[in-house]
Amino acid sequence: MSFRMPNGSEVEDRPTRRDFFKSGAAFATMTLAPGVTLMAFGGSATAAVDAGKRWGLLIDTSKCAEDCDACVTACKTENGWEGHGEAERDVQWIRKVTLRNKATGHESSMPVMCQHCESPPCVDVCPTGASFKRDDGIVLVDKHTCIGCRYCMMACPFKARSFVHEPVTNQKTHAPRGQGTVEGCTLCVHRVDAGGIPACVEACSATGNGAMVFGDLLDPSSEIAQRLAEFPSVALRPDLDLNPGVRYAEI
Amino acid sequence: MAIDRTLYREIPVTNGLWASAAALVAFLLGGFASFVYVEHHGHIVTGMTNHVVWGMPHVFAIFLIVAASGALNVASIASVFGKMAYKPLSRLSGVLAMALLAGGLAVLVLDLGRPDRLIVQMTHFNFTSIFTWNILLYSGFMGVVAVYLWVQMDRSVDPKWTRPAGLAAFVWRLALTTGTGSIFGWLVARPGYDAAIMAPLFISMSFAFGLAIFILVLQGLARLGDTPLGDVIITRLTRLLALFVAVVLYFTAVQHLTNLYAQEHAGFEAFILKEGGLYTTLFWGVQVLLGGLLPLALVYGRKGPVSAGMASLVAILVILGGVAQVYVIVVGGQAYPMELFPGYEVSSSFHDGQIAAYSPSLPEFALGLGGVALALFATGLGAKVLRILPSNLSDRNIPSDS
Repeated sequence: MSFRMPNGSEVEDRPTRRDFFKSGAAFATMTLAPGVTLMAFGGSATAAVDAGKRWGLLIDTSKCAEDCDACVTACKTENGWEGHGEAERDVQWIRKVTLRNKATGHESSMPVMCQHCESPPCVDVCPTGASFKRDDGIVLVDKHTCIGCRYCMMACPFKARSFVHEPVTNQKTHAPRGQGTVEGCTLCVHRVDAGGIPACVEACSATGNGAMVFGDLLDPSSEIAQRLAEFPSVALRPDLDLNPGVRYAEI
Repeated sequence: MAIDRTLYREIPVTNGLWASAAALVAFLLGGFASFVYVEHHGHIVTGMTNHVVWGMPHVFAIFLIVAASGALNVASIASVFGKMAYKPLSRLSGVLAMALLAGGLAVLVLDLGRPDRLIVQMTHFNFTSIFTWNILLYSGFMGVVAVYLWVQMDRSVDPKWTRPAGLAAFVWRLALTTGTGSIFGWLVARPGYDAAIMAPLFISMSFAFGLAIFILVLQGLARLGDTPLGDVIITRLTRLLALFVAVVLYFTAVQHLTNLYAQEHAGFEAFILKEGGLYTTLFWGVQVLLGGLLPLALVYGRKGPVSAGMASLVAILVILGGVAQVYVIVVGGQAYPMELFPGYEVSSSFHDGQIAAYSPSLPEFALGLGGVALALFATGLGAKVLRILPSNLSDRNIPSDS
């Protein structure tokens, strides 16, 4: 028996020898090694990440208004986290920080979030591997394997990770959260994977300040790479040599 | 004068034993209740924050884990270093070491955000993490010490194996405490840590804390078991404890002097040594004075045997000083702010750049004390069902090594 494809060609629907072996292998895999199967699917999912890219942020502190927290609000709305009025224990994926030069008194305002380091200390210390760095440089927490030991929070020089101290409600499907696990900025990975930009960058742009630039650090034609090449910028804690994906200009 | 053959026996069931067990079970239940309470409500009911992420449970856990490897030293001194006076105490030393480790690990695991995922930890290993290595070191310690105990207690095993088993356990315990110290020593971000001396410092701490607990447990079990415990062995143990206390003071001095030499750590040192309020008080008052200098004065300031009461006092002081030391390291190291950008002051609504506040809550104490109770209960149970307590430790039964 055969049927006709839209392009006019005829296709046999009789199972071929290859189909037989494939179904047999699939059956054996499903019955004998479900764990291996899951790992295999996990591998194919991460394979979608483009190792040829390195996503990053450039924050121009001269354009960042001290009284503006549009980036923080946008992140809360996008990822479904909120404060309960207790700064010490509220989760803070992104926060506004003021730096004051001890010698000159000059002040700069800027958002601080996960710096998506090339050599992230949080990934080094995580006992289960729940803290991980994608091939495109985005540092994430696997919420299924985080045991809530908080060693990553001890190791992070930027206090960019938060522990979820309370039960969580109204989660977003693209940003799962869980009491007793650690979380932080995902660089809006769900948007980036769909070709978009992080919510904080979008919100900053909407205010007209335009203090945040997002893009591929490895693409010489990208705006972020060109601006980094043209103007001076710094990383937080440059003494640690972590090569963060987030850079600051005009501090 | 003839020495009795060393006989080991289980401690008999007495009202005192039942009363001790009941008290420990009460603390165990308190610890379990704390665990259920925190797991249900989240860590919001504890004093821990996103600044001080490790609190009182970790102080208890680290103290117990560090003490565990130190408690094994009594056995090592007999098996590895050939001091026969300590030989009758080897079995108790091994059981106490395992029990203290179990108590410490229980606190650590039950304070996790997701303790139900312990199986994840057992199946996912990240070998760049010193935590992962510690999990292997802790599990291995249990196994190595169990073998060491078996070699000592099974009469069908040739006694020649005691020394190799003891040597393996001794090397393992050094690695274990190196690993525990490195949890802090390898944290490059925080000015209070990031120092290689953490490993030898923790090893010296383990020697002192473990022996202090050993002395108190030995005295307690001897009383419960109505076993003679002479001044000779107590004097030797207490004098050895004083030596270990001196070593801890030495490494503590080196730790702070090297930090003071580096200008980048001057702020942190000023915080701990001068301006840190509670942390400064705990450091100078409890750690150095009560837990260090006073025990040294009490032991070395007099000649002749150390009485049982004096030995208990010295051991309690060392334990108090030890808990203070771990508190200053664990909580003090987190309370001091990290420098986000060298040369700049930092401020924010998240209280960046400020000393972090921390007030331990009742559930944290309850969990920590539950871990202590677990360690002591397990030791008592071991002494009840196994023949680990020598029947006679009177003065005439202690051989002289010199």
